[in-house]
Amino acid sequence: MQGVNESRFIKNTREQALANPELAAVKNSETKKLNLYQAVNEALATALATDEKAVIFGEDVSFGGVFRCTMGLAEKFGKHRVFNTPLTEQGIAGFGIGVAAVGHTAIAEIQFADYVFPAFDQLVNEAAKYRYRSGNEFNVGGLTVRMPCMAVGHGAHYHSQSPEAYFAHTPGLKVVIPRSPIQTKGLLLAAIRDKNPVVFMEPKILYRAAVEQVPVDDYTLPLGKAEVIKEGKDLTVVGWGSQLYVLERAIAMAEKRMPGVSIELIDLRSILPWDIETVTKSVNKTGRLLIAHEAPQTGGFASEIATTVQEHCFLRLEAPIQRVCGWDTPFPLVFEKFYVPSAIRCFDAMERALKF
Amino acid sequence: MLAALKAPAAAAAAARGFFSSAAKATAAAAPGASSFAFSDSTFATHNCEDLPSSTTATRDELLGLYETMVLIRRLENACDQAYKGKLIRGFCHLSTGQEAIAAGMEAAITKNDSIITAYRCHGFTMTRGGSPTEIIAELMGRRAGSSKGKGGSMHLFAPEFYGGNGIVGAQVPVGAGIALAHKYRDRNAMCFSMYGDGAANQGQVFEAYNMSKLWKLPVAFVCENNMYGMGTAASRAAASTKYFTRGDYISGARVDGMDVLAVREACRYAREWTLADKGPIVLEMVTYRYGGHSMSDPGTTYRTREEVQHMRSTSDCINGLMDRIIQSGLATEEELKAIDKKARATIDKAVAEAKASPEPDMSELFTEVYAKGTEPTYLRGRIPSENHYF
Repeated sequence: MQGVNESRFIKNTREQALANPELAAVKNSETKKLNLYQAVNEALATALATDEKAVIFGEDVSFGGVFRCTMGLAEKFGKHRVFNTPLTEQGIAGFGIGVAAVGHTAIAEIQFADYVFPAFDQLVNEAAKYRYRSGNEFNVGGLTVRMPCMAVGHGAHYHSQSPEAYFAHTPGLKVVIPRSPIQTKGLLLAAIRDKNPVVFMEPKILYRAAVEQVPVDDYTLPLGKAEVIKEGKDLTVVGWGSQLYVLERAIAMAEKRMPGVSIELIDLRSILPWDIETVTKSVNKTGRLLIAHEAPQTGGFASEIATTVQEHCFLRLEAPIQRVCGWDTPFPLVFEKFYVPSAIRCFDAMERALKF
Repeated sequence: MLAALKAPAAAAAAARGFFSSAAKATAAAAPGASSFAFSDSTFATHNCEDLPSSTTATRDELLGLYETMVLIRRLENACDQAYKGKLIRGFCHLSTGQEAIAAGMEAAITKNDSIITAYRCHGFTMTRGGSPTEIIAELMGRRAGSSKGKGGSMHLFAPEFYGGNGIVGAQVPVGAGIALAHKYRDRNAMCFSMYGDGAANQGQVFEAYNMSKLWKLPVAFVCENNMYGMGTAASRAAASTKYFTRGDYISGARVDGMDVLAVREACRYAREWTLADKGPIVLEMVTYRYGGHSMSDPGTTYRTREEVQHMRSTSDCINGLMDRIIQSGLATEEELKAIDKKARATIDKAVAEAKASPEPDMSELFTEVYAKGTEPTYLRGRIPSENHYF
């Protein structure tokens, strides 16, 4: 993916990696060069090693899965803990809910986020509400459902979608999307250990493209907490997953063409619950906001952020909140480059906001 | 063809002799116990050995089964009354007529085994240990309800009873997952994953069959075939109404679900089968609901009143057991009437307790969405002053 290798958000050395205050607990850890799918693998191996009740299942996972995220885990931890399911997304989700309802740690993989819709009922009606509707007698806090999401360059309708907004509409679930290998390991372990069902979406284009020095020790990163990954004073930009690298490039263009301008970039990380405080604090400082995501604009999660920010920052806003999103169409194969919120489209919107 | 379509499913079933009651008591098999023979039509099997042709039961066991069924019927009648009195609102599905299944199943299993079922769940909640007060209060939306009044009729839970599930068929793969957890923990326990003849056509059921057989999970899939999926006769919705054979590669048995001893025997068989590491089994309990699908269904538009009356008078599970008990001489009619009276008092008391229980506090609206201590900063109410801050 363009811009990932050169990104300033990618931690290429142990020192850079461990400078993050959120990693203070493992500041003496060794680090290892891993790409994002290897970081998923590390997190899953750590979960299996530290929690004997943890099991992993999904389509082809005992062979490593289509993206190699579970490679070697069945050999290391046993086929009874890492096993293949039939092609049965609804069954996988329901089955995972049952496993978790008994108090186990169920880590399910849906092969692509685009395939999660047969399981939507199970996740929305069964997983999200189990605690509430049983009066806390049962819960499925041990359930984590992983799925690759976002564009990959050639995925077309059914291998490109970003369904985070559908799940964000469901109290009881948590929704998390990481941006890099270090983030992935920490957020995935936090998701697995969180006492609520978590939908964990992995930007598939970063599986191999994003490479970092990842701490070897066991660590988690906070859910529900955004991270300011670049500070600025004139415009707040919010994104998640691989879109952050697009936004980084757009910001570089804007800051070059408009000397003196500085733009703040926030990685939302958790879509539900989302970190209203960090975002509104930033907008109250800059007075301007742009949100970008690949999912279609109408009913996308940007709408929720925009509404909340205008409630909290109404008198401070200097320009209309900008949304740069996928078009309200299915995700097209041949038009992918026009469909996604590209750096140029993001740059245009930044200019609109700054010159309003 | 037309004639076949018009023939009420239950009458056809009766003609096949599913309900031809039962089993005459024979000489006592052991002190205090009698042997009861099943009829030729009590069971049918699919790729497994025949079920026993008779069973034995002690006086205490028989009276226990009788009491459980009577309590469930009183409970359902109380719900019906309270619904008509507008104390219960919303969706409510009664199991009147089907009591033998909850009672017989509980008598065959241990407290470590699990049950998960669909929305016709009041009886199972009680047999698993939920109190009548908890159940009625839940339906009324009161604090004493098993889910603090937040769920209502379809959402009842008890130890090793994973609900009350409102989405048709959704609980079936969940039951398979519960069974995996039992196997993984080596607990010598299994799960009954239950659904109706309507849900039997859901894709998830077959997904769960496949996974369970593939991994040899200790799960018994139990189809409560009450002849009608909502208002549609089973034969109009299912290409095959031999639900016990629809696991194909999974063995199965059809059971006279109006005979509580047959239900108990079949559940024992299924439990032993699954715990012997033979994988899943399918049981079809052929039964009948006297009432409509739900409170808004009078239950007489898609079947005749005569059919319902016929089933009540020839196949009722409580009357069937009562006849057996009296014929066997293990208890008298007076003793059974005393049980009826006690059950009525128990349920009346539960109704009074439920009525006396207040509605849940408003703050409960925001609890149990997330695990305590892990909540987001706040959850929204309708207006800002109703927002709940954790």
